[in-house]
Amino acid sequence: MSPLRRAWARFRSHRLAVAGAAIVAALALAALLAPLLAPADPLAQPDPVALQNRPPSAEHPLGTDRFSRDVASRLLYGARVSLGIGVAAALLAVLIGAGIGLAAGLGTPAVDQMLMRGVDVALALPRVFLILLALALWEDAPAGAVIGLIAVTGWFQTSRVVRALVLRLRESDFVQAARALGVGRWGLAQRHLLPHVAPAIIVSATLDVGNIILLESGLSYLGLGVRAPAPSWGNMILEGKDQLLSAPWVAVAPGLALLLTVAAFNLAGDGLQDALDPRRNR
Amino acid sequence: MPTYLVRRVVLALVTTAAAVALTFALVHLAPGEPFVAGAEERFVPPETVARLRERFGLDRPLGAQFVRYVANVARGDLGESFTRRRPVAAVLGEALPNTLLLGGVALLLSFALGLGLGIAQATRSGSWADAALSTLALALASVPAFWLGLMLLLVFGEWLHWLPVAGMTDVVAGPAPGLAHRVLDVARHLVLPALTLALVNAAAVARFHRAAMLEALGADFVRAARARGLGEARILLAHAFRAALAPAITLAGLSVPALLTGAVLVESVFGWPGMGRVAYEAIFARDYNVITGVAVVTGVLVALGNLLADLGVAAADPRVRRG
Repeated sequence: MSPLRRAWARFRSHRLAVAGAAIVAALALAALLAPLLAPADPLAQPDPVALQNRPPSAEHPLGTDRFSRDVASRLLYGARVSLGIGVAAALLAVLIGAGIGLAAGLGTPAVDQMLMRGVDVALALPRVFLILLALALWEDAPAGAVIGLIAVTGWFQTSRVVRALVLRLRESDFVQAARALGVGRWGLAQRHLLPHVAPAIIVSATLDVGNIILLESGLSYLGLGVRAPAPSWGNMILEGKDQLLSAPWVAVAPGLALLLTVAAFNLAGDGLQDALDPRRNR
Repeated sequence: MPTYLVRRVVLALVTTAAAVALTFALVHLAPGEPFVAGAEERFVPPETVARLRERFGLDRPLGAQFVRYVANVARGDLGESFTRRRPVAAVLGEALPNTLLLGGVALLLSFALGLGLGIAQATRSGSWADAALSTLALALASVPAFWLGLMLLLVFGEWLHWLPVAGMTDVVAGPAPGLAHRVLDVARHLVLPALTLALVNAAAVARFHRAAMLEALGADFVRAARARGLGEARILLAHAFRAALAPAITLAGLSVPALLTGAVLVESVFGWPGMGRVAYEAIFARDYNVITGVAVVTGVLVALGNLLADLGVAAADPRVRRG
């Protein structure tokens, strides 16, 4: 059995991880098909007076908000923001981290030292404070800026993990053999190191998505990132907070959605970690 | 250890300097002006803006401003707040104790909860209790802190009326109440925000501690202790727990930035008058000196947290001390 199939078998035996992956898949599908699934237009305000803050009903499964907008529809469209930013930023961060980690692990000791001391410093920077500052000062930042800021401040840990793996692999027999055969640094990285580093990168990215979704929701809750009236789960909670007593469903629904989504990514990530752990491959 | 300590301090200094430089650059290079912010509400004459810019040194070249700022900070002067017209040190000096109270109580509480949870899981590994506690830990690790705070506020503040919903003290009419009354008042206001931060952080602590305890319980020294006929309780507490404490202490130091940034959101949910709220207000008012002041204080706090954690690890784990 190939290592990949063995990993897949292990992942499948991990029931909670499979459940997590299934939830992630369902959420992604719901976000993609939001225009088809949503009972109403997420921005439509059919009757801000008569239909304001209605409790859940057959017509509005999750009720309506202060502007008579359908909460369920906003929740579906909000999933696009959370998942989109979470996945895009995690991928970007992991790519940067893997690149820097490979460069440090394969570079000269001077390059390695420089990069890793830089990472030491960067890891101790007040990340959320800096992101908050940048987004607040550059008003109306597009989603791409949010993704970029989160990714640029989120790759440090991945680069450490990748570098440590590369340093270990560099001494292994198959890499030494490839070197002796005259394979250059780039070829080495591409053909021999990346396949061994990939599992760690995948796990790291999956676990990152959950954290980034939480971070983005916090930014939206502070009124940064995705701007109203476009729905994001964070700004829905912000809008629901003022009517917590009269219409709790407005803030409760997106919070539960966040909890479910982040938990699903964490479960899937943990399962992947167990399944792809190279120590268990022997 | 001494060389190690020097390295730590140097790293802390470099990090704080980097954070301040970055903040300074972000603040000064961003589009927009501090003194016309809010100009939609009232017209500010250009002469006034020019005068204010001169007063705060904003008319000089950026490099010169930075050099002056760093020199001032080195002398302990954080400048003057643009919006409050008071020294930044005084503004932060009022808010910092409130944040330290909130963060400190949350840190202690999260470790009490997290270590307890981790031990309970590790000693019942594989049972239904472990599964239930793992589910709880997963939920706490996956919930946004600000939303958890809102839900606690809704249930315990609004529905049950057990605890106050906002602020740090109740407004009272009449003569000033006694010290005991005031302490109790702050404590009652502290429960929900501290619990919110603690619950979220406890999830991370429990996760690490469960793994560390499982590793320690399988180690040779635990087997040796069993062979010597020591009781299970003694083995658990005096041997395994002690060995597993080191990662937890490191984590405590690493939790400092998370607690500080978590405080921004939780303070805004509960109206707690701390640094997070000051920072948030300053950012939107473009109060440059307060913003960079927050970066300075945060940098120092994070560095102190890491340093204390390192010393704590050395105290808890004999292997580190000897090495």
